[in-house]
Amino acid sequence: MTELTTPITEEQVRSLKVGDQVTISGVVFTGRDAVHKYLHEGGELPEGVNLEGGIIYHCGPVVQQDDNGEWHVTAAGPTTSIREEPYQADIMKKFGVRGVIGKGGMGPKTLAGCAENGCVYLHGIGGAAQVLAEHITKVRNVYFKEEFGSPEAIWELEVQGFPAVVTMDSHNESLHADVAAASQAALEENL
Amino acid sequence: MPRVNGQSTVVHRALTARGPIRSVGLCMEPLFESLIEIVRRTSAEIPDDVQRGILAALENEKKDTIAENAMKIIERNIALAKEKSQPLCQDTGSVLFYVDCPVGFDQVTFEETARAAVTEATKRGYLRQNSVDSLTGKNDGTNVGPGAPAFHFHQHRGDQLEVRLMLKGGGCENVGAQYSLPNTPLKANRDLDGCRRVILDAVQQAQGKGCGPGILGICIGGDRATGYERSKTQFLRMLDDHNDNAELDALEQDILSTANKLGIGPMGFGGNTTLLGVKICAANRVPASYFVSISYMCWAFRRHGAKLDGVGEIQEWLY
Repeated sequence: MTELTTPITEEQVRSLKVGDQVTISGVVFTGRDAVHKYLHEGGELPEGVNLEGGIIYHCGPVVQQDDNGEWHVTAAGPTTSIREEPYQADIMKKFGVRGVIGKGGMGPKTLAGCAENGCVYLHGIGGAAQVLAEHITKVRNVYFKEEFGSPEAIWELEVQGFPAVVTMDSHNESLHADVAAASQAALEENL
Repeated sequence: MPRVNGQSTVVHRALTARGPIRSVGLCMEPLFESLIEIVRRTSAEIPDDVQRGILAALENEKKDTIAENAMKIIERNIALAKEKSQPLCQDTGSVLFYVDCPVGFDQVTFEETARAAVTEATKRGYLRQNSVDSLTGKNDGTNVGPGAPAFHFHQHRGDQLEVRLMLKGGGCENVGAQYSLPNTPLKANRDLDGCRRVILDAVQQAQGKGCGPGILGICIGGDRATGYERSKTQFLRMLDDHNDNAELDALEQDILSTANKLGIGPMGFGGNTTLLGVKICAANRVPASYFVSISYMCWAFRRHGAKLDGVGEIQEWLY
């Protein structure tokens, strides 16, 4: 088990290999469909959001606000990442992102982006919203909530020991590509 | 939106159908509370039949692999969600009601009450603010809008009222597929072997993106819309049941065992369990069309249901 703490250095990212299990501590920013499209179209990050050495989490959490106005994440698993395939590589390059947490894996463009920019894809367990919410210790802030709605907003989250698996590394290796090729071969044998 | 306090007499009258009265005399207040409880339970508690399948899948994975570890986290998540009464998955999905009701049942008032219950369940955090205006992109936070929640009513001549609820997440919905046969690249003709080929192709295309191990609901035939609709109603079946039709039963078992030889595994990490179950129905088609409609359900298979009594109180859980 490798422990990652944000901000992450390029050297740390380059040392990670497909299949490594990691835990993440520090700060992550959620961002999904609306945020990726907005940033890709040239939108600026809101003041206070710095992704340099940081992690984007593909997630639309369930959040509740208490009487003091504090936000609490009550469910927060990853959403399917492949929808961000058209945008992800450019966004990691432009903003210096070192890690992307999501589920289901991403495609060749993102894999090439990981190699070029020194970034990894970290697979969370899809649907495990309660286990993962327990690793979110604090909501620091929220951005674009009015514009994009709560699930699509940028939530700035403090995390502690958040578990994930490296399934795409910065050396052009993708577990998803390997499994898809092997399962295609198995399928052809079984038709 | 209907209000629930102190109006049950008025509402009682409104809910009873005019003419030949076969409807149960629902009261809004108990029905409202019952529906909130059905939403809460569906969101937080995985049904027993699904949990048994998940435990078997956990046992079946090779020890100390990332696939086994994924199944362990899933198992822990199921326990934690139930204990905390919080959503199993943050994507609380499309809210789909299936209502079996007597002839003459007042569907309109049921829908109004259910919409109010869904809004309240969202406020309580059982559902994420999950419904977006497709044209403006706005999310008003109520989970109510055109087509949301969705209702499927089926009337019968008895006096039972059964309400089933499915919360179907977007990740698994996105990997659903509809094939029109024949399909040349897949060598799929208009027969059961052709169906088998396209269904297995859908599993291969889905990989781990639908949060496997998954469950397939399939309809062979129908038009495009009813094919998909019926494919989803297959998820109302118990996971460990058998198809009444021997041919479809054999196809279900075959697809299940073949899919589990593909090695896609939990989350697409590679592993022994790619699917937990396969459920297939058939519908008549017109001679020109031959659709195979495939819905994929994630492991976080959220569906519950209850028999309700004459005033809308929960009598008995169905799963």
